[in-house]
Amino acid sequence: MFYREAGDFSASYEEDSQTFPIKFDRYRYYLVLFIAIAVIPFVINDYWVNSLFLPFLIYAIAAIGLNILVGYCGQVSLGTGGFMAVGAYACYKFMTAFPDVSMLVHVLLSGLVTAGVGVLFGLPSLRIKGFYLAVATLAAQFFLVWLFNRVPWFYNYSASGQISAPERTFFGIEITGPNTQAWATYLFCLMFVIFSAYVARNLTRGSVGRKWMAIRDMDIAAEIIGVNPLRAKLTAFAVSSFFIGISGALFFAVYLGAVEVGEAFGIQKSFLVLFMIIIGGLGSIFGSFAGAAFLVLLPVALKIVGVDWFGWPTDIVAHLQLVIVGGLIIIFLIAEPHGLAQLWRVAKEKLRLWPFPH
Amino acid sequence: MPEQLAFTIEVFLNGLMAGVLYALVALGFVLIYKASGIFNYAQGVMALFAALTLAGIIDGQVPFSHLINAILGTDIHHFGWHVPAFLAILLTMVVMIGLAYAVQRLVFRHLVGQEPIILFMATIGLAYFLEGVGDLMWGSDIKSMDVGLPQGLNTWIDDTTFNAFGYGFFIDNLDIVASIIAALLVIGLVMFAQYTKQGRAMRAVADDHQAALSVGVSLNFIWILVWSLAGFVALVAGIMWGTKSGVQFSLSLIALKALPVLMLGGFTSIPGAIVGGLIIGVGEKLFEFLIGAPFLGGATENWFAYMLALIFLVFRPQGLFGEKIIERV
Amino acid sequence: MKDMTDGYVTADGRQIGPVVMEMKNITLRFGGVEAIKDISFDIRQGEIRAIIGPNGAGKSSMLNVISGFYVPQEGEVWYKGSRRPAMKPFEVAQQGIARTFQNIALFEGMSVLDNVMTGRLTNMKTGMFWQSIWKGKAEREETANREVAEKIIDFLEIQAIRKTPVSRLSYGLKKRVELARALAAEPSILLLDEPMAGMNVEEKEDMSRFILDVNDEFGTTIALIEHDMGVVMDLSDRVVVMDYGKKIGDGTPSEVRNNQDVIDAYLGVAHD
Repeated sequence: MFYREAGDFSASYEEDSQTFPIKFDRYRYYLVLFIAIAVIPFVINDYWVNSLFLPFLIYAIAAIGLNILVGYCGQVSLGTGGFMAVGAYACYKFMTAFPDVSMLVHVLLSGLVTAGVGVLFGLPSLRIKGFYLAVATLAAQFFLVWLFNRVPWFYNYSASGQISAPERTFFGIEITGPNTQAWATYLFCLMFVIFSAYVARNLTRGSVGRKWMAIRDMDIAAEIIGVNPLRAKLTAFAVSSFFIGISGALFFAVYLGAVEVGEAFGIQKSFLVLFMIIIGGLGSIFGSFAGAAFLVLLPVALKIVGVDWFGWPTDIVAHLQLVIVGGLIIIFLIAEPHGLAQLWRVAKEKLRLWPFPH
Repeated sequence: MPEQLAFTIEVFLNGLMAGVLYALVALGFVLIYKASGIFNYAQGVMALFAALTLAGIIDGQVPFSHLINAILGTDIHHFGWHVPAFLAILLTMVVMIGLAYAVQRLVFRHLVGQEPIILFMATIGLAYFLEGVGDLMWGSDIKSMDVGLPQGLNTWIDDTTFNAFGYGFFIDNLDIVASIIAALLVIGLVMFAQYTKQGRAMRAVADDHQAALSVGVSLNFIWILVWSLAGFVALVAGIMWGTKSGVQFSLSLIALKALPVLMLGGFTSIPGAIVGGLIIGVGEKLFEFLIGAPFLGGATENWFAYMLALIFLVFRPQGLFGEKIIERV
Repeated sequence: MKDMTDGYVTADGRQIGPVVMEMKNITLRFGGVEAIKDISFDIRQGEIRAIIGPNGAGKSSMLNVISGFYVPQEGEVWYKGSRRPAMKPFEVAQQGIARTFQNIALFEGMSVLDNVMTGRLTNMKTGMFWQSIWKGKAEREETANREVAEKIIDFLEIQAIRKTPVSRLSYGLKKRVELARALAAEPSILLLDEPMAGMNVEEKEDMSRFILDVNDEFGTTIALIEHDMGVVMDLSDRVVVMDYGKKIGDGTPSEVRNNQDVIDAYLGVAHD
């Protein structure tokens, strides 16, 4: 009863293959966009931006990137942390080398650099598959973290080994550094989120997306029917790393401001983003958002419940978080391997008929 | 003997020992993978959990004391008794078997027939879960592990080599003991797999679930058996590593070291895990000693094993002893 | 260049052209086992060529050689008059050879329509940049190819299930979707690996009708592996018979039916 699609027909193939063919969905999407762009910037404050919105937006981009590689193309990667580091350090080098250039350019260029690195570390995927590939991506993860730790050129020879983002602007508004405003950083990141989701959606619904999914589902058959596996896999690595690099750059420059590579981009980060796409739903753009939201909200919610309400010490809450996240992963994999996205689809099916049972 | 050569040999020998410890952890992986096709990322955390439980039982810690205190406002920490090492090890083994049963019943029974990547991710979830539970149960502070294993410089070797070569090799007693135990474990496991009824059933399950079922093998029993064996291996590994560097979170990261061992040796081969472990152990230490520390700023042990395995895999995707993956259409 | 003899017209008025593909002295080994031993035969443009033989004869391996998945240790494959150099399977597909598989190889994570659209992939050339924008070139190409795919879907009467995930379909429907995917590539040669396996009489009749229609309407050359003798005799123009990796018969269905070696092979008469 909430979901009326009677009389809502597509009159052309273009209409049929649009992202939201059902009017109801489309209007709901416009509403969300409206709230995100025109409402939230006016009501947001520093606390919410830093604890919820920025991490959500930034991880959403990373999740979209990883979902393309793992969910759509089936190449398991545990190197997300390392690639985010590439984005961050590339951004740092660009920011310090070209102080007058707009942040937009720096972030995009960082994405491109990461795409190149991604292709390089993606080359083994032509020979190695499945678990072996996942473990091979760990080589990338550990090597990259070591690299940014040990080669002083990357952190401009600073004594602490840390990198911190100098003040930079976008159209004259401060985006990085200590004097930013909540709405500005929020909108800057939102811009990249919309861009990433848009590009990812288009790539995954076209022939590139089909090549990826064919490789994922049965790579031998895919090759026999004409898909070039080298190109398909490397483009997946490239596009995925592009988005992950952007998210790393934003993570460092806009969100944290200063990072130490081992703790910010270690293997826990790789697992975190992987969990986001598992819980959210592999092979789904919406799932990437859902998973990112879930895993950003969870620790905040746990902390509020555990520390503020129950008065438990923070280390217990931290342990509990591990238990809950691990347990949820298992529960999701057993009950709904296709994640929140599938749960959402099933809910919509039920909403079509509600209040009737069938 | 020239000093540089003596150093190199010492590093080589220490590398062998380290390799043996890696192989120990890798063995646990191979067992589970062979029998169920699951790549158990949680093996390292299992070692940590086993070590935590052992240390906790020996010390007479109250499980979940931290949590109980937080909820109830009490202040209990210890039972006040000390359990002798041997008994504690037995009790910990009981816990690990219980864990194997729980994992099989609650998790993997529901995931039969799923794709390998889903199973792998389930074990990552399990690793997080187990780590959290271990911390909640026994606390996350560093514990010392002492089950009476000999430690410290082996003076006999030191003296003999000094007299023979003019340079005393520093070999830790603990490493020697670990190597012997690991060797015994390997021999024991291989014999078990080859010659006992259960071992044969395990190999049947590893080959073909349906076929094994049709000759009357109970899949659940074999899986519980395999996970218990892996739990035992994890306990041994936990004891070794824990005695060496204390029981702490970094113990669970050994799993990450075992992965390149498996890549080299092949995921399904017990001898492969040993050979792979030795190669990685030696390679890692030698590389750091000869090239890493002098030229690259050190700490190359973090990634060298992976790079080595990666390069190796490119040329031989199934590892040294793994089954060749023949893809048919 | 090989000298090609002209075609002919069959009894029921179909046009068979000159030789389009020729296997010359193909030998294929796996380790110590010789799966194919020095086999030569040709396929004419527009004909329906059956490859038959007892189990284990090497028929699927032969199809894999044709699609480039296996590279024979000896022998040559000639395609459209010239020798085909060693190439990867996807390059072979781009040359106009499509196939179905003995154990269905559909993409289980996608819908029927998407699977059929993957058959069009050799045809879709728009670059990544245009695809990331979607509107414009990419969308136009997608719509154009969708029209071709929909024609095939109509032809094989699977319109109702076009949005269904392939994993939910019955065996017979999956086989039909696989055929649709192969047809969507508009191939010059269509290879069918046991298209009737596991079907009942009705389904076999449907599939036979489709195969004949494909050959009739699109003029597609078809090579098929099949066990059902009735189907083979009714559908094919010429037959190749294999046994233990060797060719033991080659000719029209009636010629092959009366060949003593073929009869022996099927009756299980011992070899020396």
